Parts: sequence; C-alpha cells; structure tokens
Amino acid sequence: MFISKFSRLGAHAIKSMVKAPYFTPRTSYLPVVHNHYLRTLRHEPFCTGAEKNADEGSEEKKKISVTFVDKDGEEKHIKVPVGTSMLEAAHENDIELEGACEGSLACSTCHVIVMDVNHYNRLEDPTDEENDMLDLAFGLTETSRLGCQIIAKPEIDGIRLVLPAATRNFAVDGYKPKPH
Amino acid sequence: MAIFGKLRWISRSFTSLPANPLRICVVGSGPAGFYTAEKILKAHKGVEVDIVDRLPTPFGLVRSGVAPDHPETKIVINQFSRVSQNDRCSFIGNVSVGSSVSLPELRQMYNALLAYGAESDRALGIPGEELGGVYAAREFVWWYNGHPDCRNLAPDLTSTDTAVILGQGNVALDAARILLRPTVELARTDITSHALDALEESSIRKVYLVGRRGPVQAACTAKELREVLGIKDVSIHVKQADLVTTPADEVEMKNNRIRRRVYELISKAASSGPSPPLPGQRELHFVFFRKPDRFLESDDRSGHVAGVHLEETTLEGDDLGKRIAVGTGIFDDISCGLVLKSIGYKSVAIDSLPFDHYKGIVPNVGGRVLSDSTGDLPQYETGLYVCGWLKRGPTGIIATNLYCAEETVASISEDIGKGVLTSNSSKPGREGLLQLLDSRNIRVVQFDDWEKIDAEEKELGNLKNKPREKLATWEELLQVASE
Repeated sequence: MFISKFSRLGAHAIKSMVKAPYFTPRTSYLPVVHNHYLRTLRHEPFCTGAEKNADEGSEEKKKISVTFVDKDGEEKHIKVPVGTSMLEAAHENDIELEGACEGSLACSTCHVIVMDVNHYNRLEDPTDEENDMLDLAFGLTETSRLGCQIIAKPEIDGIRLVLPAATRNFAVDGYKPKPH
Repeated sequence: MAIFGKLRWISRSFTSLPANPLRICVVGSGPAGFYTAEKILKAHKGVEVDIVDRLPTPFGLVRSGVAPDHPETKIVINQFSRVSQNDRCSFIGNVSVGSSVSLPELRQMYNALLAYGAESDRALGIPGEELGGVYAAREFVWWYNGHPDCRNLAPDLTSTDTAVILGQGNVALDAARILLRPTVELARTDITSHALDALEESSIRKVYLVGRRGPVQAACTAKELREVLGIKDVSIHVKQADLVTTPADEVEMKNNRIRRRVYELISKAASSGPSPPLPGQRELHFVFFRKPDRFLESDDRSGHVAGVHLEETTLEGDDLGKRIAVGTGIFDDISCGLVLKSIGYKSVAIDSLPFDHYKGIVPNVGGRVLSDSTGDLPQYETGLYVCGWLKRGPTGIIATNLYCAEETVASISEDIGKGVLTSNSSKPGREGLLQLLDSRNIRVVQFDDWEKIDAEEKELGNLKNKPREKLATWEELLQVASE
C-alpha cells in the first residue's frame, strides 16, 4: 500500500512541477519524460526492501508479469519492474497505449480495463482526480483504470490489461455505473 | 532558410520515399488533424502527409483553447511535435484554404482531409445580442490565450462588477475561472500579458453561470467543476430549490456517471453553503432553469449591455438525456456589464465544400465526404475526407479525436485498398502547393519556423517567470518566424 501511496505523491510532484513557475514544457522523443523524476523518488523504498530480502531477492523478484491484450485481441506478455507504471511499461515494450498527458492525470487516453476483478481489487481505489478522467474514458467498465496510475507491485503479478478498443462492444453492453 | 527547407524536401524525396507517394493534405493542425496525420503515417508507409494551417502556429485549440492554467492538458503537444518531425510529414502554416489556395486547387494537388474545426459561434438569435459587452466565450478564450484574431478584443472589465456567462459547459467554467481566479496564480501560467494586465485591473466580483436546464443536465465535467468550486476566496451560491431532483433526473444520473458526479459536486457545494461574505470576496452564482430572452441596453451608456432578461424554464419530453427546457412565462433580470455566450462553437463552410448548415458539419459517412446524400446510394467526393469537429460537431475532449481519427483513417485505408485512392503523378502535392503559394507571395511558416516562435516565446516567458509569453499578433508571429 505504501508503494502506491508513494507513487501518488509522485504524481502530485509531477503536477506541481508542471505548474511550477520555471517549468517549460519540453519537446522530447521520450514519451514519459516527466516520470524520470517519479522513478527516482520511487526507487528508495524498494532498495531497502531488496536489501532485507537479499537471500531470495533475485532480479526476478523485482519484476512482475503483465499481459496486455491489444485492439485485435492479441496478447503481449511482458515483465515489468516493480514501481513502474503500466503506461511506462507499455511504451517501453512498444505496446500501443496512448499517453497524451504523459502520466500527469490530465487525460483519459491510457485507459485500460483490468480483466480479473481480484487484481482490480488489489489496486488502491482511484483518486477523485483519476475518476474525473475516467468519466471521459471511451468504453468505461467497472474495472477500468488509467494505465499511468497502475504501478507494478508484487500483489498484482499476472495482471491482464485490455486496451479498450478491443472491448468496444462489451464495454457498451456491460457497463454499469459503479456506486461510490 | 526557405531554400534550406526546400533542399531538405528534395533530398528527402530522393532518399527515403517511394518514387511516387500518395499525397494527403490535412487542413487544420489541431488534435483532429495531428491524430489523423499520425495514424495515416503509421498505417501507410507510402503516404506523405502535409498539415496546413491558417495560423503561423500549430496545435489549434491545444494552443488557443485549453486554459492557461491547464498545462498538463497541453503536454500532448510533445506527441504532435514528434509527428511533425516524421520525414514523411510537414507542417505548412500561414496558409488559409479558401483564400491563399482554393479547395478545388488543393484537391488538384492532393487528396484532402479537412480537420479545421469550428472557428465561429452559435448565435442565440435574441434581441440585443449585438450590444457592446456581449461576446462569444470563444472570443474571450482566444483573447486570453493569444489567438492573433482576438488580440484587440479588449473586453471592458472595469466598468462593471458583474459578468453573466450563458452556458454551463467546460468553456463557460474556464471563462468563469479566469475571471475569478486570483491573478497571482494566473501570472505563473502562459496566459497572455495583455489579458493578465486587464484581469489585474478587473472590477468583476460576481460571475453568474446560467443554464437552461438543471444541475443534473449541466454540460460540464467533474474536473472543471471541482476546480471552479475550489477557487480561493470565492463564495459559491446555488439555490437549494434547484437541487430537487425528479424521477427522470434520477434515471439520467443512474445511466450517466458524469451527470451523477457533477450533480454530487454541485449539491455538496450548495450544502456547505456560502460562508458569511467577507468584504471584497468574489462570488460565483449557479443559475439553473433560466434561458435568455433578450439583452437589456444601458440607459447611460448607449449601445452597451446592462443586463440579461431571463425566462424561467421547466424540463419537458421523455427522451432521457434530451429533455428540453421550455419557458414558463415567468421572467427575471440579472444586471451586468459583461456577457459571455458559451452556447457552442460552429464550423465555417468554405466555397464548394458540401456543408450541412443546420448541423454545422460537413455531411459524411465515417469521414468520407458526401457529395449528395439525397439519393438511396450515397455519392462520395473522391479523395476528400473530414475529421474532428467539422465531421461530428463541436463536442468532446482532445481524446475524442483519437477515435474520430481512427474511423476516418479506416475509411482512407479501405479506399486505398480498393484502389479509389492511388498515387497519381498528376497530383504534385507539396511541391505544387509551395509553387502556387510562392507565386501568390504567401510566405509559409514551416515547422522549423514555428520552432523559432516557440523558442522566442519560452525565452520571453522565462523573463517573467512564466512557461511562455505568447506572441499574439500576426506581425510578431510572422516576424519571428522569418528571422
């Protein structure tokens, strides 16, 4: 739980960076440029954890398995380092997940649907800000999240994420508003 | 510089491109234009895309529509800039289709995709709309965002303490927020200096947001509403009676997550109630179930607005989500010296383009432009497509254009597959367009010229501790682009 709270702090850090007076938006070839800041922030707690479990703490332990199901229903299995967002992971693995605002919680383009409700339930509840963006997501479902807000952690190892275009039909038919 | 650019283009055509690529011209460089260009380039390796724009600057409403205090929303510019840097893509600014080059001329040189959005406004059609002090919200937005066509709007913010905004969509909320937000906060954004100066002098203390329907039907989204409700030192006013919901409202909220969350935010703000007003505190009033009947002229300032005459409404019709507001014959007035009409944008037709004036769109099926929709079999204009607001009307967010572009590009791909669109040597593309513009003494602004504007704006901004100080006149923009 600490992990995603921490990352959320990171998201706020990005926001305040973006709003900071000296910030000038850069044109970059790296789609997730702002997240480098976030990543350095996030690494700290994990280093400690890794040292503690040095015996069993192989490189494998720090990565989880994630499956993306693309628009055509094709699956792509990737390994994602703990602490990395699904948006970053998708871009690092050439998965066509849009990320118009580069993870600053200002758009809904990295919308993904979590296939397994058990995985969905192991994620922290979306913040008001994420819900505001999910309101506008195309083909919203009860297990929709923004890819930039799902941070890899051991509890969600094996998570399957569907890109919404593939699920257009069921998304429309099966959508029930989730009570708050 | 221009020679350099041309040389680069020539060398490109010798190196990486097929001898005779299919040439597509995208008209309009906003989100619809750029998303479409990106998807075409990705799907077809043998296609060249040129994006032309009327302005010397790219990105359309991302630059001139998105509010200055929403920098995160503008990050998508990074993605669009990467598209421009593709070898098979060029940005050609300062080219107005309809005057610099006619649409038939353009279509002789290219297959064309129109994505030039909506640059005009719906009218209310009520008496007094032409009075001074009554503006379209679009003009106000273009003014504070530095669109060169509204640089000299100079709305009078000092002769009145009250502004009425007609409409409750996100554009209305943006305008209200700009009028009410402390200027020290705006000073850190890329708002233009001329607007910031005027807002610093502003005497406006009260803003009314007027909607024809109720809080369940308000057209805004939760993010913008949350922001406007949270502005520092502004008291929020909502009439308790307006919050009473009918069974039809309940169904509407059950079926629509945005409507439910918007209603919850409004009623929460109402129940916490306005704190006892502090001297000089600003006020935001939500006025529901009122439609404008006419604008009132000032007695002591001829030709200027002094208020809005409103008619109370009630909702009728069973079609959920589309219930309409009908007047009850009961009227009241709000006195004000500034009115912003935020009731919708409208696309502008260009000569010889099929246009549905009622809907304000180009008639199309899946982005293919219809030349004649009266018969049983649809007749299409060969090599002419449409995307974005011009295709589906002026609604939705930036991301809506992703799906819109996907649909139009699917139609283009199908036509390429069927052989309807073929690379044809009689279509000279970019070379032909540049020659024609040159013969008319029109100086185009390419992407590297825009980068000069961009760098200059950032440097000017840096001096004022802002991310950017926009160049807001045609002269300055063209001057810096040609340096």
